[in-house]
Amino acid sequence: MNTVAIVVFIVLVALVLVMGFAAGRWKSADLDNIEEWGLGGRRFGTVITWFLLGGDIYTAYTFIAIPALMFGKGALGFFAVPYTVVCYPILFIVFPKLWKVAQKHGYITGPEFVRGRYGNRWLALAVGVTGIVATMPYIALQLVGMQTVIGALGLPGYMPLTVAVVVLACFTWTSGLRAPAMISIVKDLLIYLTVIVAVIVVPIELGGFGQIFDKIPAAMLTLPTPPAGSTGSYTGYATLALGSAMALFLYPHTTTAILSSSGSRIIKRNAALLPAYTIVLGLLALLGFMAYAMDLQKMPEFAAGFAKYHTSFAVPALFLHAFPSWFAGVAFGAIAVGALVPAAIMAIAAANIFTRDIWGPFVKGQNAGTGTKAETLVAKVFAMIMIAGAIFFIVVIPNTYAVQLQLLGGMWLIQIFPSVALSVFTRFFNGWALLVGWAVGIVTATWMVAENHFAGSLWTFHLFGYEVPSYIAFATLILNLIVAAILSLILNAVANDRALDETQAADYA
Amino acid sequence: MKTLLLILIFVINLWVPFYNHTTPTLFGFPFFYWYQMVAVPISALLLYIALRLDTSEDEQ
Repeated sequence: MNTVAIVVFIVLVALVLVMGFAAGRWKSADLDNIEEWGLGGRRFGTVITWFLLGGDIYTAYTFIAIPALMFGKGALGFFAVPYTVVCYPILFIVFPKLWKVAQKHGYITGPEFVRGRYGNRWLALAVGVTGIVATMPYIALQLVGMQTVIGALGLPGYMPLTVAVVVLACFTWTSGLRAPAMISIVKDLLIYLTVIVAVIVVPIELGGFGQIFDKIPAAMLTLPTPPAGSTGSYTGYATLALGSAMALFLYPHTTTAILSSSGSRIIKRNAALLPAYTIVLGLLALLGFMAYAMDLQKMPEFAAGFAKYHTSFAVPALFLHAFPSWFAGVAFGAIAVGALVPAAIMAIAAANIFTRDIWGPFVKGQNAGTGTKAETLVAKVFAMIMIAGAIFFIVVIPNTYAVQLQLLGGMWLIQIFPSVALSVFTRFFNGWALLVGWAVGIVTATWMVAENHFAGSLWTFHLFGYEVPSYIAFATLILNLIVAAILSLILNAVANDRALDETQAADYA
Repeated sequence: MKTLLLILIFVINLWVPFYNHTTPTLFGFPFFYWYQMVAVPISALLLYIALRLDTSEDEQ
C-alpha cells in the first residue's frame, strides 16, 4: 500500500469526475437533442477539438501498451510515431470534406453519410456494426489500462474501477460529449506534466539517454535488416504504421470528435497542430527502454506486478521506482483520466451509430423522428449498455481476449475505408459492390489472424518472387478494394445505383 | 503543390531504409529514434504550409 500516492490519485480522479457533471452547463443548450448530447452541437473550436482528438488518439491504453511493446520487442514498438504522423495528412485530405457533407445533411455518424451517399441501409448497417464491434474491446482496454494502475497502487479488486466507471456513466448520461471535451483538457495537462518530468528525471538517474540506449541489446535497437529476396521488417513496419493511420479516423469516437468541430477549416488546422502530441508519444515510448535499462523486471518488489500484467507493468513500475510517491499518484491519475476521456467518447460515438444507423432505419422505420427527445433517450441507454459491457468484459473475460479482439477490430475497421473515406471523393463505387468488398476483407483478415493464432498482425506475401511481409489490415484492404472496384464496374453497367445519392458535388467543396 | 507536400510526409516517415541504423547519434539517441522524432515537427510544418496554400486558394 502506498497511502500518499493513493490519496493523490483519488483526489485527482474525483476532481475530474466532478468536472464531468459541471460540463453539462457549458455552452449550454438543449441536451435532449442528439446533436447537442452526442455531438456537442458542432460548436467546438480549434482548441477544444485539439484536446478532444488528442484525448481520443493518445489514450491510457496507448500510454501502457506502446512502452510495453518497446520494453518487450524494442524498435518495432516505435511504429507508433510514424503512425501518428501519417494519420494527419489523411485527416487533412479526407475529413474536412466529410465534415462539410455531414453538416449540410445533418449526419452525426460515418455510416449515416454512407447511407445518404449510396441510398443503401444495409451497407450503412455493415459500416455501423463494424464501428461498434471495433469499439467494444477498445473501451475494455481503456479500463484494463486503468485497472493496471489501480493494481500498481496496491488497491485490490475491481471495486475502485467500478465506482469510477459508474460515475463516468452518470456524467455521460447528463452531459454527453461536453464531459469528455472538458475533462480532456485536464487529462492532457497531467499527461504532459508526467511525461516531461519522466524524461528529465529518469535519464538523470541513469546518467543520460546515451546510457539508457547502451543498455538495450543491439537486436532491439533497430529493426532487423531484411534478408535477400525479402522486404522483411521494412514493409512490416511501414504497413503497420500506414494501415493503423488509415483506420484511425474511421473509429466512431474519432469521427465523432471530428464532426463535433465547428468548421472544416478547424479540422485542417488540427492536422497541423496534433503532431505536438506525437512528440510526447515518442518520448513516452522511450519509457519502455528506460524501464528496461533499470532492470525493473528483476526487482523483487515488482515481481508480482510483472507476473500479473506482463510487459504492461513496465510503465507503472517505472513510475513507482523513479518518482516520489505523491508524483507517482499524479502520474497514475493522468493515466486513469486518460482512460475515462476516450471511454466516454467511445460510448457516446457507438450510441450515436446505434441510434441513427440501427434503431432509426431498422426498428423505428421511415419516420424515425430525428432530433426528438425519444431519439436521444435511445442513444443514452445504448451508451450505458456500452459502458456496462466494458466492465463485464474486463471482470469476466481474460484480458488477453480484449487484446486479441482489439487487434482484430483494427483489421475489420479498415475495411470501411472505401465506403467512408474514398466516398467523399468519388461515387465510382456501387453500394452492393462495397458491401461485398467489405465482407471479403473481413473474412480474409479474420482467417489470416486466426492462422497467426490471434497473436501476430503481420503476414508474409509472395509477390514476383519477393517475400513481402505486410500488416494484414493493409493487405486485406487492397483485396477489398480490388473486389469492390471490379464488381462496381459490372454492377454499374447492369443496375446503376447512382440515382440514390442524396448528396451533390457542391456539398463536399 | 499541396499534394506533393502531403506525399512527402508519407515518404519521409515510412521509407524505413532512410532511418534504420544506429549512427550518427544525437544527444545519445541512436539515429533510428532521433530521425523519427525530428520527422514529426517537419511533417507538422509541411501540413502547416499545405494549410496556408489552401487559404490562398480559398481567397482566389
